[in-house]
Amino acid sequence: MIDPPASFRWLRRVLLAALTVFTLVPVLVMLGSSLKPLQDVQGPFRWIPSTVTLRPYADIWRTVPLGRYLVNSLIVAGGSTICSVLVAIVAAYAVSRYRFRGRRFFTVTVLSTQMFPGILFLLPLFLLLVNVGNATGVALYGSRGGLILTYLTFSLPFSIWMLVGYFDSIPRDLDEAALVDGCGPVRALVRIIVPAAVPGIVAVAVYAFMTAWGEVLFASVLTNEETRTLAVGLQGYATLNDVYWNQVMAASLVVSVPVVAGFLLLQRYLVAGLTAGAVK
Amino acid sequence: MIRGRIDRLRRRAGTTALPYLLLLPALLLELAVHLVPMVLGAVMSLKRLTQFFIRDWTAAPWAGLANFRTAVDFDAPVGRALLHSFWVTCAFTVLAVGLSWLIGTTAAVLMQDSFRGRGLLRAVFLLPYALPVYAAVITWSFMFQRDTGLINHVLHDQLHLVDDKPFWLLGDNSFVALVTVSVWRSWPFAFLTLTAGLQNIPRDLYEAAALDGAGVWQQIRRITLPSLRPVNQVLVLVLFLWTFNDFNTPYLLFGRSAPAAADLISVHIYQSSFVTWNFGAGSAMSVLLLLFLLVVTAGYLLLTSRRKDATA
Amino acid sequence: MPIVRAAAAGVLATALVLTATACGGGSASGGGGDSSPGTLTYWASNQGTSLENDRQVLEPELRKFEQQTGIKVKLEVIPWSDLLNRILAAAGSGQGPDVLNIGNTWSASLQATGALRPFDAATLAKTGGKERFLPAALASAGAAGQDPAAVPLYSMAYGLYWNKKLFAEAGIDRAPATWEELVADGKKLTTGGRYGLAVEGGNISENVHHAFTLAKQHGADFFDPSGRPAFDSPGAVAAVKQYVDLLGTDRIAAAGNAEYANNQSVTDFATGKAAMLLWQAAGANLKSHGMAAEDYGVAPVPIPAGASGERATTSMVAGINLAVFRATKNTEGALKFVSFMTGTEEQTVLNKAYGTIPPVVEAQRDAAFATPELGTLAAVLGQSARPLPQVPAESQFETLVGTAVKNLLASAAAGKPVTEDGVRSELTRAQQQMPAN
Repeated sequence: MIDPPASFRWLRRVLLAALTVFTLVPVLVMLGSSLKPLQDVQGPFRWIPSTVTLRPYADIWRTVPLGRYLVNSLIVAGGSTICSVLVAIVAAYAVSRYRFRGRRFFTVTVLSTQMFPGILFLLPLFLLLVNVGNATGVALYGSRGGLILTYLTFSLPFSIWMLVGYFDSIPRDLDEAALVDGCGPVRALVRIIVPAAVPGIVAVAVYAFMTAWGEVLFASVLTNEETRTLAVGLQGYATLNDVYWNQVMAASLVVSVPVVAGFLLLQRYLVAGLTAGAVK
Repeated sequence: MIRGRIDRLRRRAGTTALPYLLLLPALLLELAVHLVPMVLGAVMSLKRLTQFFIRDWTAAPWAGLANFRTAVDFDAPVGRALLHSFWVTCAFTVLAVGLSWLIGTTAAVLMQDSFRGRGLLRAVFLLPYALPVYAAVITWSFMFQRDTGLINHVLHDQLHLVDDKPFWLLGDNSFVALVTVSVWRSWPFAFLTLTAGLQNIPRDLYEAAALDGAGVWQQIRRITLPSLRPVNQVLVLVLFLWTFNDFNTPYLLFGRSAPAAADLISVHIYQSSFVTWNFGAGSAMSVLLLLFLLVVTAGYLLLTSRRKDATA
Repeated sequence: MPIVRAAAAGVLATALVLTATACGGGSASGGGGDSSPGTLTYWASNQGTSLENDRQVLEPELRKFEQQTGIKVKLEVIPWSDLLNRILAAAGSGQGPDVLNIGNTWSASLQATGALRPFDAATLAKTGGKERFLPAALASAGAAGQDPAAVPLYSMAYGLYWNKKLFAEAGIDRAPATWEELVADGKKLTTGGRYGLAVEGGNISENVHHAFTLAKQHGADFFDPSGRPAFDSPGAVAAVKQYVDLLGTDRIAAAGNAEYANNQSVTDFATGKAAMLLWQAAGANLKSHGMAAEDYGVAPVPIPAGASGERATTSMVAGINLAVFRATKNTEGALKFVSFMTGTEEQTVLNKAYGTIPPVVEAQRDAAFATPELGTLAAVLGQSARPLPQVPAESQFETLVGTAVKNLLASAAAGKPVTEDGVRSELTRAQQQMPAN
């Protein structure tokens, strides 16, 4: 926009300030509560802790095996992200660069899986994983592999769709020139398209990671104690006797810090990456 | 000469199996994790699959369409409860998607121009999207506690706006709580996508409009909003599907027995299958839900693409 | 050439899928269904102050078992939020633990799935015979007339916890024995931001347990003798109304209690915000909130004046049962483990650690269970506790009636009058949601 008048700038300040409050209050509550002793969080709300304590940050590792959950979540989210991105790149390349029978059918089918209510296929999927596991000897249920497989399909449709948009925005001449030079399609993809699409791929990767990072329902059924992820494991602070609110908050913050940091680092790519994908 | 070779190359590539092979992994995965279980789920919906048959669901007696008839018999309690839950979900989705979209658009438009602190603010706005769902929702539920929560502390103890501390997680207010949490969680996604969309608008357009004497509001109305239409088409659809099917937010906020005012369909179906161990009935309800979403999505896509064609 | 390239691409693509599948495959650890004879998988529900605490209590005992029998037990402590999903999934797939512990109220529901191995007379004899167990506890391990689906592991009963200091301040010298007395005392104790009673109104299990006990006192049952639901019988309606009125009409419980679902009522009692609490084996929890055992008394839950027999029921039989998964490949080992866990020695150790009462009568002799609290609760368990309905639809009943009571408490807390008709229609609606079969 050109030359916003003062009134616009004032309105902008007010609205953005209000939005900042709305966004930040829960985060501040988290931070504040994580520094309070248990009595403080069980009593009436107070902004300022009666005493500031770091105990919750020490206790969180003892109440539940948080470290293990964190490692599991990183493996599962990381694994499904890598796999999802790879599969999506290959599929998006086909859709973007080839005209073939069933192309539209493919996109519609894959995108339509987004509307499947998770609750409908949770139990069948579980039975399927168990039976395939029994038949092949590859333990899928209870393993991180099964969860990676599941999550990667959650993020796949939207990822393919975003990448198709991004690939379409890369001039065809580039990879066609490579084809003429005797490159195979696969090498054209790896050498030309992928480097040109880094922002789009980063955006898709972040999306895939967040999808896997927060999922609760499937993780609660498909994992066991050894493979439990954070999203489910955090519920362990609500025990039979007590809810350790201060520890819940501390643990939430601890596990959020690396994600938020990575997220913010990649933010620039994210915006750029969504740019092309979003407009198609 | 070269042109011809490329055409030949492309034609030849088009006739080979290559694109299909490239799609194979994605197809197989979606087939294995979504489509096959979906079909199994649909088969289950035709069975009387109660706890007596969980151990071997194939042995459950066929129920024909009985599960469906029960689900849509709106004069009977089960159907009535489902219908109620459906309306609650519709109202919730419209409000949550509408508000998320509105806030996201507002923020994206307001932050289109560079100003001091914009980068920091953008980072702040992305926080809700980056926090794990459980952490975010449990914090909100902590804030909504009647006796010990922040909301009532501010409303009652500090601002004295209400005489008696209201319940936020019980009764009718629970709907407000649910919408608030949902909007808080999903508006950053709208913001992010729309911010990306705005980058595509050439600056010349604004310059030309400014030369024509268009004020900032006219620039927004004439240039910004129309340019965002293609982004919005998909954004609104995706937000709609995610919000309508959202399980995590209501489940983490209310547990397995949501108050009637916030009885979203995903939790309702969960309760009808997992909690009451009647998987046949739950599957039938899910199939109905899927059909509804299919119709809405198809209709939406038809409508929006026709409009796009008309304006193009 | 293109065909070769296409094939190469195909191989690459398939390899990707394989990578996807194999990414975490190495860490796979299946359930007990395929465990070797030398090992067992045991699912323990969360009983202690945290999942890790459970581990600390159980692991030394599991090592003891390994030394005795050479069988290694793989322990998994499961939070309550996951337990039902996990058990149902295990039942559906046959892929689960060898031995698991479950809330005893689920016994009949799980029994109906056929996923649990019945303890017939011969099997029970191997664990020392059914005479070793408290009859009420064993009666909560499956439907009447069938072999139990489980054996009792830890037992509990409800008692009325009362704050001695607050009672003395109000000039009351003993715990109320009837509901009339409880309400009268409660009104005296409700002053200055403090309440007579704390209730856990948002917790549907707690609601159901109280509704059950009160219904018994009104001569009603939530299921008729043939197992059909009878949620809205006059007795049941009166029972639920009486419970809701504690918060609504009598106002001896704080309105905010309607939302309590995380044991805030125990915290309120421990911190003196409420003078009475109806709870099962709260001692350990009260201690963790800094309330000493001599500061409170424990009495049986009140009954109607002059009631006797069934109408003098003061508690449901609460507790945890131990079951053997039918799909286990190591039945013998699993049964050995059950014998071990229900042996007098382990019963003493474990129940002591969790502050519960051993359902094995012999183990109750230990001095640790002779505290005023556990003494009272053990007497309740032996005399005036009744099992919740042992019907397949118990879990549905728990969810539906518990939710109905929660809704009624919420209305009462919001200041809406809760009438007999209102209670009846809420219960009728709950009953209509029961699957017809």
